[in-house]
Amino acid sequence: MPDVIVAKASSFPDPGRKVFDVGGTEFGVFKLGGQFYAWENRCPHLDGPACQGKILPCATEAVNEDKTSRGREFSKTDMNVVCPWHGFEFDIRTGRHPTNNAVRLRAVKMRVEGDDIVVSLRD
Amino acid sequence: MPDEMKPVRADNIRELQEMTAASDTRDYLHAAARQAQRQYDDYELIVDVDAHLQEGRFWDELVEYMDSDVLRYTAQQQLAGGIRAPLINMQPGMSFQALGGRVPHQSGPGEKVEDPATHGHPFAQIVMRGMDSMGVDYQMIFPTAMLHLGMNPMEDIEINMARAYCRWLVEKVLPESPRLLGLVYLPFNDPVESEKIVKEFGGHKQIVGFTICAVRHKPVHHNQYMRLYSMIEETGKPLVFHAGPHWDDPSFSQLNRFISMHALSFVHYNLIHMTNWIINALPERFPKLKVVWIESGLAWIPYLMQRLDHEVLMRQSEAPGLKRMPSEYMQDMFYSSQPMERWDMKMLEATMTKMKADTQLLFASDWPHWDFDPPSSVTTLPFLSEQSKKNILGLNAAKLFNLPVKRMRPHAKDVIAARARHRVS
Repeated sequence: MPDVIVAKASSFPDPGRKVFDVGGTEFGVFKLGGQFYAWENRCPHLDGPACQGKILPCATEAVNEDKTSRGREFSKTDMNVVCPWHGFEFDIRTGRHPTNNAVRLRAVKMRVEGDDIVVSLRD
Repeated sequence: MPDEMKPVRADNIRELQEMTAASDTRDYLHAAARQAQRQYDDYELIVDVDAHLQEGRFWDELVEYMDSDVLRYTAQQQLAGGIRAPLINMQPGMSFQALGGRVPHQSGPGEKVEDPATHGHPFAQIVMRGMDSMGVDYQMIFPTAMLHLGMNPMEDIEINMARAYCRWLVEKVLPESPRLLGLVYLPFNDPVESEKIVKEFGGHKQIVGFTICAVRHKPVHHNQYMRLYSMIEETGKPLVFHAGPHWDDPSFSQLNRFISMHALSFVHYNLIHMTNWIINALPERFPKLKVVWIESGLAWIPYLMQRLDHEVLMRQSEAPGLKRMPSEYMQDMFYSSQPMERWDMKMLEATMTKMKADTQLLFASDWPHWDFDPPSSVTTLPFLSEQSKKNILGLNAAKLFNLPVKRMRPHAKDVIAARARHRVS
């Protein structure tokens, strides 16, 4: 299958994403901090549509120097996409689960050519 | 770059929208339909022994069926005042199931349905969408908010809602399709009312069992329940314990996150009821009564088997009614599969061996709750034989609930094709 143009880069908010089905192959293209990332729309847990969930900052446990906790805070830098089936969260930049990095989304080959988002799909 | 290498504009491209509580169940479960097509479309029968009504959208209908005009009026006033779960002993601010909106289907169903005059009751329409998408022939419906009623200090609320729920099921929902099955909600805090409700609804063809909502502080071995168990045993239909969460229990009030309470609470109530059931030798008193334990996962089963076996040999005088080891009685009982702890396959395999999953385990989705399992949670287990998967996914339930082994569901490819043109998310 030749590489396909799926969207205009300028049409993405930041942070933002679009999810595509191209002939039965589903993937999400994400924009974050001016960069683009693409992941298969398939959660490693039970194949849920991971790219179609909420985009939220990663929750963190805010621990002070003296080991006391300030409770939970949203990260100022890390954004996750959340699988809507069961809540598995994945870092948009790395595709990895924040707790267990071995649990991760599969990358899709993607590049920006001019204003085109171009994706390489396996046959 | 040669022309054939240049990127092309995809002509078969569809943009998919974010999933929300208003998403169509068929879109939400599209991936499950594809799993059905790839993995188990040829199986004889798929039975889902635990799925849920989310009462929110249907309270006004349920309330209409309440016998007490005072409670009915009160509930209607609460609904008019914006209380989403009238008469239910749940604190709205403690509702964390949907993970702050991360798991939207837990907050539904908000989807559109076809005209009820031509397409049937909205709840039945939504349930059928889920069943067809997951490739399920029969689905057993349980309530959600009502699972807490055993802790409601106003006993008449449980009694009234139990009857209202059963009437709503048999009059409004079950007539919509023979694939929909229900269970009697037993107002277990009142044994006499429980007996009445068994008599009234137990003979209905699509009522396949009797539910004790396990979240309650009632000793199941108390003599006041023996007549009820005898009645249920005579029907030949199973007695089902459905677990649930409850943060107000004094021990659980030490837990500061929903995840902690949820992980322990469901199991906790089933542990207590099962222990009372075994130690007081109820399996010996009701040898033909089939007992099912729902929605506590599987890991608790070998734990309790080992724990009780260990103690009973040392303290026979405290469990003199037993003629076999506790684990042997537990191996005669039935268990639903969800939420299946799938992380450590060796532990899961050992658990399934110990509990005799091949004959005793029943697939449950728990749809549309946040920790639901599709049938692929069973078909993808590497250690199960093909026959074991078929047993767990449907044949064990067919035997237990006396269901015909006859395909009722459409083929997965037809389900996918029927939705293809309309899919938006």
